Amino acid sequence: MALLKIDRDKCVGCGACVDACPFGALSMVDDTIEVSEACTACGACLLSCPMHALSLVKGREPEAVKDLAAYSGVWVWVEQFRGQSGGISLEMLGQGRKLADQRGVPLTACVLGHEVGHLAEEAISFGADRVFRVDDPTLAVYRTAPYARALIDLVREYRPEVFILGASSRGRDLAGSVASILYTGLTADCTGLEIDPETGLLLQTRPAFGGNIMATIVCPYHRPQMATMRQHVAEMPVADPSRRGQVVAVETALEETDIATRVVDSILEKDTVSLADARIIVSGGGGVGGSAGFETIRQLADVLGGAVGASRSAVDKGWIPYAHQVGQTGRTVRPDLYIACGISGQIQHLAGMKTSRVIVAINKDSKAPIFNIADYGIVGDLFQVVPALAEQFRKKLQR
Amino acid sequence: MKIIVCMKQVPDTTDVRLDPETHTLIREGIPNIINPFDMYAIEEAIRLKEKFGGKVTAVTLGPPQSLKALREALAMGVDEAVQLSDRAFAGSDSWATSYTLALAIRKLGEFDIILCGKQAIDGDTGQVGPGIASQLGIAQLTYVFRIISLDPAARLITVERLLEEGREIVEARLPALLTVLKDINQPRTTSFVQIREASKRTIPTWTAADLPEADPSKLGLKGSPTQVIQIFSPPMRKDALELIEADTVMESAAILADRIIAEKII
Repeated sequence: MALLKIDRDKCVGCGACVDACPFGALSMVDDTIEVSEACTACGACLLSCPMHALSLVKGREPEAVKDLAAYSGVWVWVEQFRGQSGGISLEMLGQGRKLADQRGVPLTACVLGHEVGHLAEEAISFGADRVFRVDDPTLAVYRTAPYARALIDLVREYRPEVFILGASSRGRDLAGSVASILYTGLTADCTGLEIDPETGLLLQTRPAFGGNIMATIVCPYHRPQMATMRQHVAEMPVADPSRRGQVVAVETALEETDIATRVVDSILEKDTVSLADARIIVSGGGGVGGSAGFETIRQLADVLGGAVGASRSAVDKGWIPYAHQVGQTGRTVRPDLYIACGISGQIQHLAGMKTSRVIVAINKDSKAPIFNIADYGIVGDLFQVVPALAEQFRKKLQR
Repeated sequence: MKIIVCMKQVPDTTDVRLDPETHTLIREGIPNIINPFDMYAIEEAIRLKEKFGGKVTAVTLGPPQSLKALREALAMGVDEAVQLSDRAFAGSDSWATSYTLALAIRKLGEFDIILCGKQAIDGDTGQVGPGIASQLGIAQLTYVFRIISLDPAARLITVERLLEEGREIVEARLPALLTVLKDINQPRTTSFVQIREASKRTIPTWTAADLPEADPSKLGLKGSPTQVIQIFSPPMRKDALELIEADTVMESAAILADRIIAEKII
């Protein structure tokens, strides 16, 4: 089955798409474009065509469509760790509230854990109309199987139309399991979610190819429409303690003996915490020159109350643990402020941080690619610039 | 110990970059590599075999040229490889991919551990590993950066996972599926002899007909719940670079600090 449709009347055989295909699936044969089996329907070629002759073949309506009208409402999973909901959960409640209002339906929060009654109340104050509270010792610490089972049972009984989760490690772990069992669509790591006013479908926008292209994805014939959303994309809602909602207590289905995993220990690390949640990240790369050099980076991070990040080259040289790595094979971050010190800006690094709100580059090499995406830059030796910057902030912020 | 490793051939993203004029992707040079995260999965699978004995089977779903990726895995030391390739599989989203891979793994018979990379660098979804584990009804351990212990007799594995707040040590009953991070090992390089030997191997290609359990309506584009409806360029960064050049470093730093403070972030 061909996945790419070529409008032969519009195609002028310019070959622009041939160069754009990351899979080498397009070729020029006798002045016309041929698509090979290597095509994965990624869509990277679509933008390259000056004649707008290319489109993706859409999946047909399956023979046995679910009773779509039976599914209604927007649901959010409230992630918690040791009885505290993360910032990402609150963002999802805010995003869920917007979607529910656009669709004109109630917002339901799913709170799973042990002794988490306070989180049910919190979810209502942040926008939920109804909370399913599944409270059981087997749910005290997150584990895939009991959490997935609880959500799957709820979805089967109450049939939500839309179900969103934060794209944290746990959110992605859980969503992948739930969607797989329910046979429904899941779009991972969205940076945009909205309701199409015409079709009522959830429009799910996400980056692909390390952020080089954006794709909007829908799930037309399966329910619920599931998505995970990145942190720091949705606005943080403001709590309204006067909001009222319904809390529904739900029993769990699994016994401890049914569960194949056991969390032996959780080791908190100050730095990893802050890198995932951080609004400010100060990162070091090859220019830092060694583990001692990261002290300079850390001093600036401390003044700003930020976290320390690193490029792959610094991690590979053993100057700083992997948990700090930002980029394609590390963490994707989206802070308000990213200060790159001695980082040249390889595409793999940029893929992990280029959606940061304000990017500052400090580098000796004025031609370093990091300057292409930076908002502010200083060309100079980081060992002079970074301490000077720390001193200026200390003075100006009186810290 | 029977170990299965799932892998994907991806475009080497160092070759995928944006044309600054047209804002579209340009591809140059050698296109395809084994997904970097899968390299760690392959290496870990081989190391487990070296320690506990047994067999490693690599499985991939992809177009005909994905055979090359399987040959690279064989050269590294994987014992067997199976390619899943059929026009009926084309256009699979993460659900249909997991479904197809899970059927192939069932067909391969008994297994103890499945290893996958954390995610593929082209799609970045990280959903296929959890999808396979759920289809097979086995434990999933995602974001693993260290296998602490493996007890084949007790059928228990203990791993260390990297999460937002730190690390987590989890024990699971086998069989289990692990998705691994870069930090877990350093993949071995292959010699010319190994590559040559691997190039002589016959790798079976399974089509939909080889998966009699498969529901044809759940394969490929037709079986994929998600559909891409629009592709567009990411929004351009709004402001061009402001390069700060004062007479002294301290003056430059002062100006930069003022600019950042004016952004109202701190």
